[in-house]
Amino acid sequence: MQATSHSFKQNAHQALGNANLQKALNLMRAGFPAKRAAVIAKLPEFEALREQGKAIKNHVLENLDFYLEAFERNVVARGGHVHWCRTPQEARETVLAICRRLEAKTVTKGKSMIAEEIALNDHLAQNGITPIETDLGEYIIQIRNEYPSHIIAPAIHLVKEQIAQSFRETHTHLDPARLLEEAPTLVAEARTILRQKFLSADVGITGANFCIAETGSTIIVTNEGNGDLTQTLTKAHIALASLEKIVPTLEDASTLLRLLARSATGQEFSTYTTVSTGPRRPEDTDGPGEFHVVFLDNGRTAMLGTEFQDMLRCIRCGACMNHCPVYATVGGHAYGWVYPGPMGAVLTPTLVGVDEAGHLPNASTFCGKCESVCPMKIPLPKLMRHWREREFEKQLSPATYRYGLKFWAFFATRPSLYRLFAGLGARLLGVMGGSRGRFRSLPLAGGWTQGRDMPAPEGRTFHSLWAERRRAGKAA
Amino acid sequence: MPDAPVPIRVGLFVTCLVDLFRPSVGFAAVKLLEEAGCTVEVPAVQTCCGQPSYNSGDKADTKAIARQVIDAFEGFDYVVVPSGSCGGMIKEHYTELFADEPALFQRAQHLAKRTYELVSFLTDVRGMERVEAHYDGVATYHDACSGLRELGVKQQPRKLLAAVQGLTLKELPGAEVCCGFGGTFCIKYPDISERMAADKAADIAKTGADTLLAGDMGCLLNMAGKLSRLGRNVRVRHIAEVLADMSDETPPIGAPTRQERR
Repeated sequence: MQATSHSFKQNAHQALGNANLQKALNLMRAGFPAKRAAVIAKLPEFEALREQGKAIKNHVLENLDFYLEAFERNVVARGGHVHWCRTPQEARETVLAICRRLEAKTVTKGKSMIAEEIALNDHLAQNGITPIETDLGEYIIQIRNEYPSHIIAPAIHLVKEQIAQSFRETHTHLDPARLLEEAPTLVAEARTILRQKFLSADVGITGANFCIAETGSTIIVTNEGNGDLTQTLTKAHIALASLEKIVPTLEDASTLLRLLARSATGQEFSTYTTVSTGPRRPEDTDGPGEFHVVFLDNGRTAMLGTEFQDMLRCIRCGACMNHCPVYATVGGHAYGWVYPGPMGAVLTPTLVGVDEAGHLPNASTFCGKCESVCPMKIPLPKLMRHWREREFEKQLSPATYRYGLKFWAFFATRPSLYRLFAGLGARLLGVMGGSRGRFRSLPLAGGWTQGRDMPAPEGRTFHSLWAERRRAGKAA
Repeated sequence: MPDAPVPIRVGLFVTCLVDLFRPSVGFAAVKLLEEAGCTVEVPAVQTCCGQPSYNSGDKADTKAIARQVIDAFEGFDYVVVPSGSCGGMIKEHYTELFADEPALFQRAQHLAKRTYELVSFLTDVRGMERVEAHYDGVATYHDACSGLRELGVKQQPRKLLAAVQGLTLKELPGAEVCCGFGGTFCIKYPDISERMAADKAADIAKTGADTLLAGDMGCLLNMAGKLSRLGRNVRVRHIAEVLADMSDETPPIGAPTRQERR
């Protein structure tokens, strides 16, 4: 997809004026954080689990080649195939080649952010293959021709009236007079439509929450069971994963799964946890005819050994965006690419370039909430700051802002001069503020005073008053 | 309060916003520190903690400012800051700046160990249990982000506020949610920042409080500015003014000033 991260400001401005979006975001704000807090309160060892999870991922990142090779050996030993793709294009072509060989006409898809990252649906459709999203949220945005606004809740930017409207426009064979006002009726309708698609699909494509090196298995978690149907009824199951999804053992995956569901949706465990190991064996009653794992690098190995390596611990739970006050205000689409919120603010510049996505690491107040809820303890504000350092080095921030900063720093490193100007500024603003005590508008502070007043200074600086008091004290 | 035989020497890091906008907070801090058995000095060679440049990716200028602070506050028993944000910068981030310069790293570490946010210093280091203060009003308290998440300031202000006569504390729903100030964020993304402040104002209204308190000038200017634009009759003050019983001496932040100035 075409990134619009460079238009973050305009995107955000539109989002702030979008009534449906704001209504949806208010529901989210009230939902996820409270659910997470409640489920974590019931698990005293949650903090210890976070440390374990972090250690598992750090160990993997230090030994990534070893575990990837082990994984490949075990997939092959069970009759599957592993494909290594450096770029989104290689990954798209790999998937397309498998589908073509199997003469696939339709593919069903479980939720996969890697599929979004490589823009797989468009590629398949352009080549005459119909992709059908089977996760309810993904299905909704597919029929609306949108992309996910959240990594685990792709349609969270919508209210149910919008969804009902889209269903009426798309499912034209159904009775137009039917009631669709409640969520369960929407779910039931989608289920009926999708059931037929599962049966007729040729290939099933899913993501992978974890890839288990010791068994060559992939794991997905869903709450709808759509992942199981996607992969068991088809000629081939293709699992898309980025390289860092590898974990050494099933035991390690269990540890991470306990963190994942709690952090993501506030569940103790997702409803379905599906482990996929190899294609259908002769004695199996069902299962895919072929099993493929398509690994995507797309800049991840380049993050190893850099200040951004910690980001590769991410297990895509979405807790950072669920708790981010900026995300809660503008929603995921404002971020302009596949990954929104704090994790996107760190990852997106890596994947599409900091020139395109420079706004994202800046659009944070550094309130630190994301880091405090991240199950993998990724220091997200620190990593965003590293991007800001790179932008500053590359002089990507607006010139006026850079010069303003330099001007300020010039004074901040010259205390006597600073004192002089601060004293003058306080007096001037104090006088200008007069008895009102605040400004409704102020030169050079138009952004601030557009929606807020600027409280006026008291009129003297602390340092000048302190010096005066000291002198008076000594004279006395 | 434990009486130390030798007074504790505290260097006050005033912060640029207190210096420029609200000197009362500095004097309130001095009074509280003296009540806690400290002698307070204010090194003249201080301007800002360096966050504006640090959070803008300008490491070179940040280091120059940090070196200045490290030099100025050498030799004090403690360095106290009436802000969790600036306190957090000195305590949590200066060492990161000098990771590759062992001598400065050590000095930054030494400074970090001695640096505290004002209210948590009073309670956690000086063992302050109560204050002699009176305030007529129903107050609500916003947990400024850096103080809360970097320095663990949460119960300390509530504990001391409970001792203020005449003050009723009503908890703010979403007290831990950012108000939208965010330092340079409010300049770079003013409309998002403003919306976050509006959300905060709505939460404040839910409490029915007539007073909003917090421990950070940046957040206070932001929230006071939004409340006054909305025409809300809420008095906004730094917590130190109330704890030091000095709220009669200055009008609330953003409120009309008296004719005579100090």
